[in-house]
Amino acid sequence: MYSCDECRKDMDRPKTLEGWKNQPLEEILWLCQETIEDTEVTTVKRWREAGGKVLGHFQVYFPEEIAHAAGMLPMKMFGASVEPREADSRFGSFLCSILKTNLEQVLSGRVEIDMFVTHPICDAARNLAPIWGRNFDYPCQILYLPQNPNSSHSVQYLKEEYERIQGVIEGVAGRKITKDDLRNSIAVFNKNRALLRKLYAIKRERPWLITINEAYVLVALGGLIPREEHNELLEAVIPLIEKRDAREQDRIRVVFEGGFCEQPPLDMLRTIGRSCYVVDDDLLIGMRYILEDIDAGDNPLEAMAEAYINNSSYSPVQHDLRKPKEKMLRERFENTDAEAVIITAAKMCEPGLEEQVTYTQELEKDDTPYFVSEFEENMSSFDHLEIQLETFVENLMFD
Amino acid sequence: MNSVTKKGIVGRGTREGAALFRDWFQDLTQKAEDDETAAYVFVMGSIAEILRVFDMPMVFPEINSLQTAVRHVADDFLNTAEDYGYSPDICGYVKADFAMQMQNGNHPMGRIPKPGIAVLTNACNTYFKWAEIWERIYDIPMVSIDVPATREAGTRTWPGDEQFEREKKYVKVQLEELIETCEGLTGKKFDVDRLREVLGHANTMSRCWKRVLELNQSSPSLFNALTDGTVYLGMSNVFRGTPEGARFFERLVEEMEYMTANGIGTLTDEKYRLSFIGVPCYPIFRRFNEMFTKWGGSFVMSSYLWFASGGTNIGVQYNLDDPLDSLAEGVLISVRDAMDSMFHPELTVLSQADDFNIDGVVYHPIKSCRTTSAGMADNRRMLMEKSDLPSLFIESDMMDSRVVGEAQMKNRIDAFFEGLASRKARAAVEGGG
Repeated sequence: MYSCDECRKDMDRPKTLEGWKNQPLEEILWLCQETIEDTEVTTVKRWREAGGKVLGHFQVYFPEEIAHAAGMLPMKMFGASVEPREADSRFGSFLCSILKTNLEQVLSGRVEIDMFVTHPICDAARNLAPIWGRNFDYPCQILYLPQNPNSSHSVQYLKEEYERIQGVIEGVAGRKITKDDLRNSIAVFNKNRALLRKLYAIKRERPWLITINEAYVLVALGGLIPREEHNELLEAVIPLIEKRDAREQDRIRVVFEGGFCEQPPLDMLRTIGRSCYVVDDDLLIGMRYILEDIDAGDNPLEAMAEAYINNSSYSPVQHDLRKPKEKMLRERFENTDAEAVIITAAKMCEPGLEEQVTYTQELEKDDTPYFVSEFEENMSSFDHLEIQLETFVENLMFD
Repeated sequence: MNSVTKKGIVGRGTREGAALFRDWFQDLTQKAEDDETAAYVFVMGSIAEILRVFDMPMVFPEINSLQTAVRHVADDFLNTAEDYGYSPDICGYVKADFAMQMQNGNHPMGRIPKPGIAVLTNACNTYFKWAEIWERIYDIPMVSIDVPATREAGTRTWPGDEQFEREKKYVKVQLEELIETCEGLTGKKFDVDRLREVLGHANTMSRCWKRVLELNQSSPSLFNALTDGTVYLGMSNVFRGTPEGARFFERLVEEMEYMTANGIGTLTDEKYRLSFIGVPCYPIFRRFNEMFTKWGGSFVMSSYLWFASGGTNIGVQYNLDDPLDSLAEGVLISVRDAMDSMFHPELTVLSQADDFNIDGVVYHPIKSCRTTSAGMADNRRMLMEKSDLPSLFIESDMMDSRVVGEAQMKNRIDAFFEGLASRKARAAVEGGG
């Protein structure tokens, strides 16, 4: 499959994440946590030092296979725990944090990328391509994922939009992408999604084996390292989780909703994990947006478009008449045998805040217990949240 | 001046616009009383051209909401929605409308009929969330027309380009799907000749709207783009595709041409010609403007008149020989332009600054609208890099009086004008030297 010299170079690149093999599970989880909390994003630096190019993409979903097929590292820009010193002057008030921290990472020089892509997911995120474009010389684009997936023409349109972005990526990568390149990349990402589904099955079926924060760092890591490396790590880690010596405790099973874009701080997840089993969530849902393997077939881009339109998850930022959000949440709740829902939204996240009303109305119909909260990626105090959550849980357990 | 006033031409547009608007609200009230429903549409891509073919009455919830702020009752509406669970940090238009829906459509200007269908474009993402609310309350069809926007500055494509033609096809299919829905809803067959007729009126309006905006290059300016302009803007939305709308704009051009030929301007003793970027501060609509006019500042251009007219300001003309194809092309070009006007207003301002003889630019980012506001600070930074145009950046809201700090706003506006004055004085000295 790999035939050109450029491709061989990709294969010869050193690993971006070392030191986890043959380590105990706790050590690996610690390394994953350190990696995703590393504001210098050393894994991406290593990739670049080895001559690789990077495509940074904003939340929620990006067809990473296309960048991967060009030999680039698709970097999921899901915010960072940094002070937006330089980026602050590029934005006004009343905006969510992730817009600023992603830009800060690049303005500060901590992260270097060769291309940036955002999506029309919300009114704020759509402004990112113009803002980045005014600040950097490399392509800063909007990938126009269809906002009318119910149109009979949406798959065709999306295939053509993928072809368009493929052309831009080829220009940056300096090489053509063949159908075989795409098929190979789709296979890598199919494997990745399958492994993530396996991880989520453990959360759902034996949640005492892995807490929400542990599962989160394992998933998030994939956005910062080549997906082959991520696959290798997950293949090693999942059996370790399954063999973990942990006993079921008397905790309520909850679904966590509200992590589709800006990410809650790890300490917040840890706080939740102390009193609940989080059996499903929408954290970094873009990495799991495609629900089943994509059959690349004769036209890989068309297959990817088909999967996005007709075989994908949901989020507050995708309107689809077939997927009313309240119905989707209800399904997630019922499919995981959950007892309650934690409905969060990032501060100033308009779609998330609007959906909170939808979700609570739905859950009130049959008195499904829910807990509402807001967060910001850089918040650091969770005492109040912990007390409220404990009270909520106690009320349920002793009701 | 007296003879001019006698002729009744000057100020005619504002007077006639206000009267037509009152009639329109009365008509909506009657429909609500008769339990008729309406198509709920938005200003950035109302797709009125199709809806008029089916004789569907149209409601513009953005206009209803802003009217509550202009009439100083928005806070009550916002509180009702917030009591229901909506966050203070989301769009005030959505909340005011939601509260109105909860109050059986009662509005300070009349009563608004319930929706029978919602039609929206992607020009604003909040349109989706907003329409989903009606979809849940009323179980109505919600039809979106997804218009691919500019992916990166400087990469727009045009008729004949492969990418443009592909996108036009996508828009056209969606318009056909909307037609199918309207046929099912009304029981009427689509009439292409009626579409031609509507497009003809829309052509007249777009051509004249573009001309009205251009005529404000006149010195002194002919209308205040922030106040008078908003009245014209309302007309361009509510009466799009109608003979009344076409006639209104033809008469408006006549008025403006008369004024420019006779050297008549707005009431402001014009010292500074300004460009406005953003959405007006409706809670203090008149007072906001007066903070500028008292210094001799007149808004001669406004990005609001570009994007909130759905991009019809660029005057796209439909080809009546191929109406549906041409409508798809026009929607793609116009709505895309509306989006560009929100994301890259500096490009238009810079390209027209000399023609309009601009002295300064006022940015007005607001809490309620991230689409227009999220990029403004960076936009201003670029404007300052590319030109020596002075600019002012004042944050408030279009609905929520709680975030309108009038005293602080006034201080900053005064300081802005003091800067403009000293700049003019310096230029005069340097010019004289």
